[in-house]
Amino acid sequence: MSLKPDDIREIMALLEGSSFDELTLETGGEKLTLRRGSPVARADYAPSQAPTATQAAPAPAKSGPTAAAASTDPNVTDVPAPLLGDFYWAPKPGAEPFVTVGQKVEPDTVVGIIEVMKLMNSIRAGVAGVVEEVCAPNGRLVEYGQVLMRVRTGA
Amino acid sequence: MSDRTIRRILIANRGEIALRVIRTCHRLGIETVLAASEADMESLPARIAGRTVCIGPARPGESYLKPETIVQAALGVEADAVHPGYGFLSENPRLARLCEQEKIAFIGPTAEQIEAVGDKLSARALAEAAGVPVAPGGPVETPEAARAMAERIGAPLLIKAVGGGGGRGMKRVDDLSLLDEAMSLAASEAGSAFGDARVYLERYVERGRHVEVQVLGDGERVIHLGDRDCSVQRRYQKMIEEAPAPSLPDAMRAGLHQAAVRFGERIGYRGAGTVEFLVDTVRGEFYFLEMNARIQVEHPVTEAITGIDLVAEQIAVAEGRPLRLAQHDVPFLGHAVECRVNAEDPARDFQPSPGTITHVRWPTGEGIRVDTHIGPGSKVPPYYDSMVAKIIAHGPDRATALARLRQALAATELEGIRTNIGFQASILADAEFNGGGVDTGFLPRFMARTAPVTAEA
Repeated sequence: MSLKPDDIREIMALLEGSSFDELTLETGGEKLTLRRGSPVARADYAPSQAPTATQAAPAPAKSGPTAAAASTDPNVTDVPAPLLGDFYWAPKPGAEPFVTVGQKVEPDTVVGIIEVMKLMNSIRAGVAGVVEEVCAPNGRLVEYGQVLMRVRTGA
Repeated sequence: MSDRTIRRILIANRGEIALRVIRTCHRLGIETVLAASEADMESLPARIAGRTVCIGPARPGESYLKPETIVQAALGVEADAVHPGYGFLSENPRLARLCEQEKIAFIGPTAEQIEAVGDKLSARALAEAAGVPVAPGGPVETPEAARAMAERIGAPLLIKAVGGGGGRGMKRVDDLSLLDEAMSLAASEAGSAFGDARVYLERYVERGRHVEVQVLGDGERVIHLGDRDCSVQRRYQKMIEEAPAPSLPDAMRAGLHQAAVRFGERIGYRGAGTVEFLVDTVRGEFYFLEMNARIQVEHPVTEAITGIDLVAEQIAVAEGRPLRLAQHDVPFLGHAVECRVNAEDPARDFQPSPGTITHVRWPTGEGIRVDTHIGPGSKVPPYYDSMVAKIIAHGPDRATALARLRQALAATELEGIRTNIGFQASILADAEFNGGGVDTGFLPRFMARTAPVTAEA
C-alpha cells in the first residue's frame, strides 16, 4: 500500500524526535528519504515502480490537488479548503486580497472566500504565522481538502 | 444535431452505479468527472473517470447529499450535465431545479415530476386519474370516514404514512374495532418519524408479488421496456430481481405494461423510470405502488433481455432529443436474473461488514455480467450502502439463466469482508424459488425453514 501524506507526517515526527539526521525507508515499491538540519527539510518521495494495471487507465484531465500538495516542511502548515466551491482571494472583484505572501495571520484571520451557489463562506487561516504561498488560483474551483495556501508557523 | 449536446457529465454518485455510468459515457465519447467524497478518492470509479473532484468528507450529509455542492462542482468543471445515479440526490427536486436554473442538463425527470411522484398521495391520485388501478383505500379526514372506508376495504388493512416508504410507516390492522386507536397512534408516529402526520388506508394484500415496469419517456411519448419481478425481499430490501416476471398471465402482463405507460404519459414523463405494482395473486389483480423517477439498481436485467443501454437512452433524452425507439423496436429475448452481493454477514443478522478486499475474482462466462466497483485492494467504507456488486445472468430461458447464475456465484471469490453470497446461493438452490413467481412472503418463509442450517454453516 502506498504512503499517504499523513503517514509521511508521522514518520517525519518520529525522525524529529530521534537522534538521527537522516532516514531512508523502502517499502514495496516506494522509497522515502528524510533529512534534518538543513534550512528547509526535504522529503524526496517518488514511486519507484510503475502504476499497476488498474491505475493505468487513461486519465488525461486528472488533477489530484488534495494528494499532491501536502507540505513537507514541519514549520509550514497547509490551509485546506473546508468545502468545495469557487475560491476568491478578495471580498469583491478589484478589491485588495484578504492576505498576501509575507503577511502575518492569526487563526481567525479571513484569508479568502469560497462561494457555493451564491453563498459566500469566509475561510479562516486556522493557524498563526506568516503566509508563505497562496496555492489556489483566484476565482477557480477548489475541491474539499485542496491546499489554499501555506502558512509558516515556527519562529 | 441538438443544441444541448452533452460532452461532459458530472457523476454525482459512487460505487458500482458511478462506474456503470462512466463506462457508457466513455463508450459514447462523453467526458466524465466524478464527484467523490474523501472516502472514495481512491475508488475504482475515481481512477477510471476522466477527472475526480473531492466534494467533501465521507459522511453523505457532508458530500453526496449536498445539491448546492454538486451543482457548484458541475459549474466549476464545466460539465453540461449531471447524472445522479440512484439513491443520494437522484430523486431530490432541489438538485433537478438547481440544474435547470444553471442551464445544466439533469439526467432525469423534471423537478415537478420528481415532486409529483415523490408524494405518495399525489402519486396515488395521479394513478387514479390515469386509469391505473390502485389498492382500495385512500386518505380520510375524520374517524367516521375512516371507519366507513375500513368497512368497504375489509380487514386486514394497512394504515400508511404519507411520508413513509421502504417498509417504514406502515401499520397493519386485523381487528377493525381497534381502528380508531391504531389511526391516532399511526398519525402521531408518522408525525415524529417523518414530520408529516398524514396517513391513509389501503387494503392489505396477503400474498403479493412486487412487479415493476421499466418506462422511458421524452417528455411527450412514453414506451415500456418490459417488467421485472423483485419479490425476493428481506425487510423491503430487494435481493434477487428478474426479467421478465415469471408465470404471469399474458393479460395481466399486458395490463401492467399499459398501466405503466399510461401513468408516464399522464405526467409527460422524461427519462428512465419505474412504475412499481403489487400483484395480488389471490384476487388476480394488480395495484399501483409508486413510481421511481431514476435509474434503478436492477436495471441490468432489463438491459439483458432488451439489449438496450438504459443509461445511453437517459443521456439522449436529457439532450432534449425525442425517443430513438418506438415500442415495436423493443425486443424481449430470454430471461435474466440479478443477484445483489452485499458486504453483510447473514450469520449476524445481516450486519454490515465493511473492510478492505484482500482477494477478488469475479465470474465470467456466457451470459454473465458483473456490475461492481470492487477490485483487489478496494475498500468498502462503513458510511454507505453495503452493496458491492450485482451479478447478472442472461439465458434463453429462466432455467438456463438460473443455472448460469448459480455457477457464477460458485465461481466468485471475495475475501476480506463477509458477504451474502452463500445466502444468495442457497435461495437460488431452493425449489420454491426455482418454481418461479414467489410472493414477497417467500424470503421470511425460506429463512424460517432454513434458519437452523444457516446457523450451523
